[in-house]
Amino acid sequence: MPAEAQTQMIPAVPEDTPRAIVAQASMGDRVFRGVLRASGWSVFVITGLILVFLIVRADKAFRFMGAQFLTTSAWITFSPQHFGIAAILPFGILIALIAMIIAVPTGIAIALYISEYAPPRLKRPLIALIDLMAAIPSIIFGLWGLLFLLPRIIGFDSWLGRHLGFIPVFNFRLSTSIAANYVGSTFIAGVVVSLMVIPIITSLSRQVFSQTPQGEREGAYALGATRWGMIRTVVLPFGRGGMIGATMLGLGRALGETIAVTLIINPAWKFNYHVLESGSNSIASRIAVDFGSFPDAGSMGLSALMAAGLVLFGMTLIVNTLGAIVIGRSRSGAATAD
Amino acid sequence: MAADTATAQTAAPEPAADTPLRIHTVTAESVLTLAGAAAGALGLDWVLYERVLPFSGVLGFWVSWYVLFLVFYLAIAAFQWDTQAVRDRFFSVTLSTGGILATAIVIDQVAYTVVRGYAAVKHPRFFTQTMANAGPLSPVDVGGVAHALVGTLEQIVLATLLSVPLGILAAVYLAEVGGRAARPVRTLVDAMTSLPDIISGLFILAFAVLTIGLPKSGFAASLALAVTMLPIVTRASETVLRIVPGTLREAAYALGGSQWRTVLSVVLPTARSGLATAVVLAIARGIGETAPVLLVAGYARGMNANPFNGWQTSLPLYVYYEIQSPAPADRIRAFGGGFALIILVLVLFTIARRIGGGTPGELTRRQRRRLEKQRARWSRAREGMSA
Repeated sequence: MPAEAQTQMIPAVPEDTPRAIVAQASMGDRVFRGVLRASGWSVFVITGLILVFLIVRADKAFRFMGAQFLTTSAWITFSPQHFGIAAILPFGILIALIAMIIAVPTGIAIALYISEYAPPRLKRPLIALIDLMAAIPSIIFGLWGLLFLLPRIIGFDSWLGRHLGFIPVFNFRLSTSIAANYVGSTFIAGVVVSLMVIPIITSLSRQVFSQTPQGEREGAYALGATRWGMIRTVVLPFGRGGMIGATMLGLGRALGETIAVTLIINPAWKFNYHVLESGSNSIASRIAVDFGSFPDAGSMGLSALMAAGLVLFGMTLIVNTLGAIVIGRSRSGAATAD
Repeated sequence: MAADTATAQTAAPEPAADTPLRIHTVTAESVLTLAGAAAGALGLDWVLYERVLPFSGVLGFWVSWYVLFLVFYLAIAAFQWDTQAVRDRFFSVTLSTGGILATAIVIDQVAYTVVRGYAAVKHPRFFTQTMANAGPLSPVDVGGVAHALVGTLEQIVLATLLSVPLGILAAVYLAEVGGRAARPVRTLVDAMTSLPDIISGLFILAFAVLTIGLPKSGFAASLALAVTMLPIVTRASETVLRIVPGTLREAAYALGGSQWRTVLSVVLPTARSGLATAVVLAIARGIGETAPVLLVAGYARGMNANPFNGWQTSLPLYVYYEIQSPAPADRIRAFGGGFALIILVLVLFTIARRIGGGTPGELTRRQRRRLEKQRARWSRAREGMSA
């Protein structure tokens, strides 16, 4: 029966795993694997190069400021130089924190909706939509945040400032009736950044949620669970690692967001936690604003930017790597792991 | 035998994975409860927000409407159902809001940019002129994005050429060689996908521009874009390669194929549509990046079609500089640039969705028809031989 033999060419069951093959690899294969391995490890080479070159270029600034680089709030890179990240680093972290407070629940809610609630017809369009949201350029987020969201969110800002001002974070020390006092605040930057983080959190945690074993879900239903009961007892515990990892990768993204933050904030040089007040800052936006002033490679200004960039890179690399490890763990045992 | 083939074919593509149990929960009561809560909240919100309390602002109105709506919904639901059911319905409603919110935001951003950008784009010369003869005070119909379009296309093509081959090779390494040694690579690739976008620009500035002496140019910008795109390509391609069925690989090995033969002739062709999607999505991500090119591309107001020499402007950079100008005409032009950018992203996105229809190995209708014809030819030839 030749026809039967032919129909077996169609790929069918995705469950079976490839057999381990024990054989002497041919010359061609060894070269091939060498090339693959080299390109795989090139990611390490690139990361290493980034570290090395940032360190080399930042050296001058670190030598000049020493430990004061961490405790100085100003950014004066012409003589008499006096600069440090004591203001821009915490401001940036605060923006990222606000973004995470909004993005984590929203992103996970969207992921749960797509994987558990959405009708099958809507699933693919919604996944595409989240992909599209990730692909919308940050400059568009910046334009939208600056000119669409800003005028509309000021009313909400002033409501928060007037009625929840007893909470220290929302405390508003300026006149609450002047719109300009709300422009360019940490809070607005955080809201816009949160929208850029949502697609990351959603798509990563959705992937993990969708790997929840079907049998366990149906087991929960069979024990009389409602849909939310099933999610709470099966999907969420199964996806915990994925959610934590997604949150950390999102945090890395939020810490490093540049263009939208640069367009929205009014630069401030004294750190404060009053998030509704005008004035904020971040390392990435400082680099974006400042880089043009130093054409000459040996200048202190450029070296200072490299030093700030190194701090940002080190911080996000640690956060992201931890997140990636957590995500990788949560994947193992599932179909996509090795 | 014809009947035999037909049954075998209809049986074969049936997925073996178990399909989820579907539970229908839409009833008249649930719909009416939703509608009632929404309408009641709207009314109360209007009275409180607009008439009684001294609040203002559109956003605040809808935030308080949503809070009121949830409270109303909980209350109405508590009249009808037990605690378990109320909790279940409450969470269905809140989680569904997430989906609606995401949709609304994306549509709003695209629509806002397109509508605001139309004022610039409606002048047909916007896409054929550069900013060489246009100042901040020039009217909107003078000056355009021709130079930025050229810059964007050249930079993204170069960045794609640099990052895609390496990214796909790295993905093949992760998926085909794999093993314990590949795990740190995967972790780092995951970590680098959300690398701050300004860092790749800073790296190329420190490495290529200041150390090697490459001038600030379109090529330097495409190097920075390539650093940003590489982990994205790798991550997305690896996911695609992983779903290539292991049986296909085994079949190739059983026919005596070596590993590189198997990868080149079986794995990559099977995953072709998915890989194309991965690449196009990475291009869509790369094309909108401002921060990497900001530091190393320079900014030119006139046309510079040579990416290797002289400063070059790309679309996101154009928008970034124009929006910071206080002149109204410049701001309109910035939205025109945003219009062009978002249309480019949308087009790339549509292409990606079109080519990457199903899972790898799943054939399009045309491919299936071609296979059908081939099969018919083979079986005719065989019958001829046996006769």
